[in-house]
Amino acid sequence: MKISFNKRNTLVGVALGLAFSTSAAIAADGWGYKDVADALHLIMDSDRTVYTKLIVNRLQNEEKVIKASEHWKDDKALVLPAQMFRYGSELVAEKGAAFNYSLLSLWPVNKQNAPKTAVEKEGLASVAKTGTPFYKEETLGGKKYFTAIYPDKAVVKACIACHNAHKDSPRTDFKLGDVMGSVVLRLPMK
Amino acid sequence: MNTPAKSKSRTYWLLWAIVSAALTGWLAYGMSFAKLSDSPARATARSLFLPGQTTSGHHQIELACNACHTEAGGGREVLQDACVKCHGAELKEARDSHPKSKFTDPRNAERAAKLDAAYCVTCHVEHKPQMTNAMGVTLPNDYCHICHDDVAKERPSHKGMAFNTCASAGCHNFHDNRALYEDFLLKHAKDPARTEKPILPARDFGKRLDEFSDYPIARYPNVALTRDKADWGTVPSNPKIMDGWLATSHAKAGVNCSACHELTAESGQKNWIDHPTQQVCTACHAAEVKGFTNGKHGMRLAQDLPAMTPSQAQIPMRKDAHDKKLSCITCHGAHRFDTRTAAVDACLTCHNDQHSLAYKTSSHYKLWQKEMSGAASAGSGVSCASCHLPRVEFRTPDDVKRVLVQHNQNDTLRPNEKMIRPVCMSCHSLQDSIDALADRNLIEKNFTGPAQVHVRGIEMAVARDAAAAKSKPKASASDE
Ligand code: HEC
Repeated sequence: MKISFNKRNTLVGVALGLAFSTSAAIAADGWGYKDVADALHLIMDSDRTVYTKLIVNRLQNEEKVIKASEHWKDDKALVLPAQMFRYGSELVAEKGAAFNYSLLSLWPVNKQNAPKTAVEKEGLASVAKTGTPFYKEETLGGKKYFTAIYPDKAVVKACIACHNAHKDSPRTDFKLGDVMGSVVLRLPMK
Repeated sequence: MNTPAKSKSRTYWLLWAIVSAALTGWLAYGMSFAKLSDSPARATARSLFLPGQTTSGHHQIELACNACHTEAGGGREVLQDACVKCHGAELKEARDSHPKSKFTDPRNAERAAKLDAAYCVTCHVEHKPQMTNAMGVTLPNDYCHICHDDVAKERPSHKGMAFNTCASAGCHNFHDNRALYEDFLLKHAKDPARTEKPILPARDFGKRLDEFSDYPIARYPNVALTRDKADWGTVPSNPKIMDGWLATSHAKAGVNCSACHELTAESGQKNWIDHPTQQVCTACHAAEVKGFTNGKHGMRLAQDLPAMTPSQAQIPMRKDAHDKKLSCITCHGAHRFDTRTAAVDACLTCHNDQHSLAYKTSSHYKLWQKEMSGAASAGSGVSCASCHLPRVEFRTPDDVKRVLVQHNQNDTLRPNEKMIRPVCMSCHSLQDSIDALADRNLIEKNFTGPAQVHVRGIEMAVARDAAAAKSKPKASASDE
């Protein structure tokens, strides 16, 4: 997705407006669920790429000055990209936001990150095949959601080096550019 | 004209009305929202409203109804706030394995419908003694099964294990797995039985005074005081008190009489007080006092209840100590503040259970005696406090790292695996620590002799790791 700086700022504003406004149906003229989901994802994806490239890949794989580890506190190491993402999403949940997001995979290191709902299963399979986003409405716990599922790709070597070697990874042949998993984003529907 | 029978019945009615009114008044007095003062009549009245005894964790404060029931008719949301107010920080610190966000995530809606652990009271219901299990859990002990019934698929070693053993066999906890997670087991699989340097951390408060932004260093510079510098004002001097104070770190660090005995009123007027409370200690030792009022010794004070006394305890206490009121000086003594006394003798003044009584026969005690006599180095002895009021790493509100004596003795007590990292592993291997803490008998004997229980967690983790390495011959750090 190519987007000008100004347009991105508008997107951010609208997305935040949706996240924190009480009436979450439509936040601005002509903005549907899909647009808002795309906007939120764009921020997440950009931040995620920045962290992986500028912090993890640079310091662990290129400069070799510090490692990234699941047990970053005990190992005095960098937080994993997936943890960075999850801690952010937990903070969002803690702040009581209506929307919700997570990072899943068909080949999860952490088995809790395997697709669970029917839409997740269908969406992750589709995204893995096509490499393009997947959208569908679903009802969970009696509530209706607009669920958007985006590809999460191996953008740097650090992604594949770590996953292919991890003892809990069910797949060991990820290559650069492969879809490794998906960001699943849910917006509550009125 | 009144017949005698009629007048007798009127008297009865009158009596009934008076008794009813008095009873109603008494009960209303019991439930009125003012502080629960020292009045036993008031406490008795209020106790009649208890819907059932609370757990050992809360029994001391169960008459402070509004500690948890902050709003009348409040549901689980209101209760949740109360739980988090006292327990939230420790759960965060414990890197809770089941944080609230796991259960509010819509993708877990199906599981949350079976076990809505976003709320503490889903698993920890109070006032239900007949259904309360270990750790104050009011669910049947196979609750792990609700979400993890397929554990054997990923971990064949777990096949056939009973679902009430996950959290009771020394392997897993629901919240705190800091000493039990798989990679930690692996990392410490080959630890020697005894660490290289079996020494407990030293306190460092006195060395860091000028780093704490809230310490009154301007008024009490960190310079040793002498007898002639003591500022007791017009209060008659007492040589015993003076000698006690001169021997303390207080005197050595410039903490004069007025630091504790002089309160400055809002008007600026300075008032001398003979018997300072923990409020005064808070001025410099806020984190210690916070621990104290979070734990079983001081939690009543935190609720404005009269101080805890051993007579109210649910575990065995010495009869001659039943009426002692617990405050900072109960263990530390005023003026002398001897941490050595506070670390063993003070405990044994009251505690009278098997584990406490066995302490003086333990090798821990022998080490303590050696340290006290000067035959062994500082930190090599193991007192009651070494394990129950351990010295832990702490960050002050202004982010200074220091060693804190954790005065909440429950912080590492239940489940007892919480003690492994901050305490046991200072000297012992992870395996020995896990085994010892899983052996109830050994705990009663105060760790005299080897553990008769062996927890196989480390072996299982090592086997799984070896199997994974075999199936992934290329998987190494070479890619990095
Ligand atoms: C240093 C190791 C490491 C690096 C680098 C790394 N990951 Fe991960 N990743 C993990 C671990 C470990 C998990 C599981 C974390 C958890 O407990 O949820 C994980 C989780 C994930 C998940 C969720 C599904 C799963 O496997 O549990 C996805 C998707 C994912 N990573 C993709 C990536 C991508 C894409 C990159 C590069 C941008 C990347 N990872 C970089 C170790 C790493």
